Amino acid sequence: MIDAKPKSAGSGISSGGFDIGRLLLEGRAFFALILIIIVFSFLSPNYFTPSNLLVMSSHVALFAILSIGMLLVILNGGIDLSVGSTLGLCGVVAGALMQGVTLPTLGATLYPKVWVAAVLVCVLGALIGAVNGVLIARLKVPAFVATLGVMYMVRGIALLMTNGLTYNNLGGNPELGNTGFDWLGFNTILGIPIGVIVMAVIAVIGILTLRRSAFGRWVYASGGNERAAELSGVPVKAVKVSVYVISGLCAAVVGLVLSSQLTSAGPTAGTTYELTAIAAVVIGGAALTGGRGTIRGTLLGAFVIGFLSDGLVIIGISSYWQTVFTGAVIVLAVLLNAVQYRRRVKPAADSTGGPSPLPKRGDAVTADAVREK
Amino acid sequence: MSTVPAFKPATDDIVLSARNVVKTYGNTRALKGVAFDVHRGTVTALFGENGAGKSTLMKILSGVESPTSGTIELDGHVVSFHSPTEARDRGISIIHQELSLAPNLSVSDNIFMGRELQTPTGVNFAEQERQTRALMADLEADDIEPGTLVEDLRLGQQQLVEIARALSVNSRILIMDEPTSALSATEVEVLFKVIRELTARGVSIVYISHHLEEALLVTDHAVVLRDGTITATAEAKDIDLNWIVRHMVGENFDLGSPPDEHGFGEVALSVRDVSVSDPANPSTLLVDHLSLDVRRGEIVCIYGLMGAGRTELLEAIAGRVPMETGQVLLEGNDVSRLSIAERIANGLALVPEDRQRDGLVQTMSVGRNLSLSSIAAFSKFGWLSGAREQSLVDRLIRNVRVKTAGDDAPIGSLSGGNQQKVVIGKMLMTNPKVILLDEPSRGIDVGAKAEVFKLLAQGARSGLAVVYSTSEVGECLSIAHRIVVMHRGRISAQFESDATVTKEMIMAASGEAVLS
Repeated sequence: MIDAKPKSAGSGISSGGFDIGRLLLEGRAFFALILIIIVFSFLSPNYFTPSNLLVMSSHVALFAILSIGMLLVILNGGIDLSVGSTLGLCGVVAGALMQGVTLPTLGATLYPKVWVAAVLVCVLGALIGAVNGVLIARLKVPAFVATLGVMYMVRGIALLMTNGLTYNNLGGNPELGNTGFDWLGFNTILGIPIGVIVMAVIAVIGILTLRRSAFGRWVYASGGNERAAELSGVPVKAVKVSVYVISGLCAAVVGLVLSSQLTSAGPTAGTTYELTAIAAVVIGGAALTGGRGTIRGTLLGAFVIGFLSDGLVIIGISSYWQTVFTGAVIVLAVLLNAVQYRRRVKPAADSTGGPSPLPKRGDAVTADAVREK
Repeated sequence: MSTVPAFKPATDDIVLSARNVVKTYGNTRALKGVAFDVHRGTVTALFGENGAGKSTLMKILSGVESPTSGTIELDGHVVSFHSPTEARDRGISIIHQELSLAPNLSVSDNIFMGRELQTPTGVNFAEQERQTRALMADLEADDIEPGTLVEDLRLGQQQLVEIARALSVNSRILIMDEPTSALSATEVEVLFKVIRELTARGVSIVYISHHLEEALLVTDHAVVLRDGTITATAEAKDIDLNWIVRHMVGENFDLGSPPDEHGFGEVALSVRDVSVSDPANPSTLLVDHLSLDVRRGEIVCIYGLMGAGRTELLEAIAGRVPMETGQVLLEGNDVSRLSIAERIANGLALVPEDRQRDGLVQTMSVGRNLSLSSIAAFSKFGWLSGAREQSLVDRLIRNVRVKTAGDDAPIGSLSGGNQQKVVIGKMLMTNPKVILLDEPSRGIDVGAKAEVFKLLAQGARSGLAVVYSTSEVGECLSIAHRIVVMHRGRISAQFESDATVTKEMIMAASGEAVLS
């Protein structure tokens, strides 16, 4: 019997007591970001300017979108190593469509409109995700192996399609009605780059889905304990395939934005992006075993990596040092994740924020149980 | 089972004692000044409800935790252990209820884990195997091959391996936490025989169990813990079941009796000619052309030993394992081809045997675990309504009487009994027509057990068809209207629950006892 219900901010630990240590731990990604901004603002006058912040944000946006898809996969207990290749192939296919598709049987060349090309590319990304999903959910191939294999295959297809070359002519031709591809990469709305807006939209959809939808609950449940979720009626296989489809879709979106930004679509685009995406998810506090993590944390993780890397560039540090720093941050993040989850597992003694401590409640129950008989 | 008087050696000195031990976790005082003695060469049984502090006390005695205040004395000297290994080196071993074996390793690898027999050229696997064989023979478990992977053994067999491991390190004090919970009656007899041999050799045993009657058969001393303090101690020969329960819970009680029969309705569940084959050995049938009908409002208890096929039967009905033959009909409709989720949606729910592995999502809170199967009840077009979920969860926590700090407390913070109530509550929330429970009272205390059975009886009164499986004979004779005994995949006997049915009759049908 419970006499009072301490309300907490969603994630499962009651927020009673003012424990600085725990506050710092749980908000570590946020504080890290603040720290990075402060340090680099100090080291360079150009860092904390609106224009630089927007530029950095548009870099971050790419990885952030990828990371959101990756978060879903990791929450479900899996991993997706193929997103970098998928985004590369999607960019290449977009480029190919912009060049025009020649159909020998009809003797004509189709020039699809930009939005048609975008939709087709997204479908491609989703399909690649579906391949991953089926391999992992139905054929029981371990996620690491399946997505690794798909990663190579997809990259290979992109290289085959282009023979290693890049598509440079993405501008389209007004007479053919397929202009507008650069809108994604170069335009801004109210001064904010489209890429950042896309990221924000995807993030909001993601947050709503994870927190307020049945599907989101299913993702967390099957990531936490797939057997128990299945026995509880959660359609675990369908959920598993879906998260990979979503991840593929995110990769397709990033492929579009990136090739738009670069005004070129090359087969090697996106190489090693999947690792950065995973890093952002981890820095944001998600557990690689599944069942724990939030979009907010993942976004913070992406910003931490992005602002750190760009900051190092601005103050002129060699890009090799960037790799060292990013790696160190990742290791530190995983260590802190472990500390946070170890603390959580302690019995309710630590987390009773409510007015009645456990022993009294225990007495109440025993007395009640006896009285009822 | 025969009662063999325990052998008490002449010297009754105290080999291990806790003096005024207090243990505090944050705000909670789990132990409030406990004085506990273990006498050499005897068995001391520790009784208490979940949450009474038994696990905490055992953790302190075995070195897993240190007391907040108070002392532990070993052979009269004050000691403090900083790790279970240190305690083990001093001769104190603990066998946990939640087994600590590596499922991907063999029996002999597990037994020698951490103390492999090293030679200059590597590990002496042959000698390890030989010793393992000897150990298993001692426990009369010759059928367990040292090379078998632990994950391929049944739960009861795994427990025997765990016991063998503790015995192999020559402990002077052995703490056994629910050692018999998955053992058959024959295996329990073997264990008790081993316990008596050990005590004759001077080994002292602390025995924790919810199987009260059984524990009384083997123990010399009885100690009852309640809410962090010792409420009573006595010699086993001076007390009985009621005494123990009275001190554990504060009042006499029984597990209930079958609710009124007049409410039986239509046949809710019809199992027809169902067979399930052994995945490891497809030509063997674990469930052998079994048929069973359960009506609305009826409570059926399925009794059987380990290996009788109870779990496989229940899992086949729930849709977890495929059936070789047969059909399952729910209120006349064939559900044999439906998925687990579809069967739940139609009103057929299973509470699994292993709540950690199959029943709870450890990363989620109490409330979210409770609501997991009934998401449709508080969602529209896939979007959840926080308010409706909250009210449903609150109501359920009250009805099922889950003792928790709040619906958003992590599920791991609950005691075993309350976790079990969460799993049961989760399935009850789906408003099932038929509920299947596989060993619902495994590893939970008497008070929680009574509450669980009360819930089931309540459900039956409102038309729910209840099927529960058990390996405790006493539970069959509580709330069940009908007792079905399974033996080797078949129904060997059925009894209407009335005064003429005895435990002996039930056990005879299951193949574990001989009717005289």
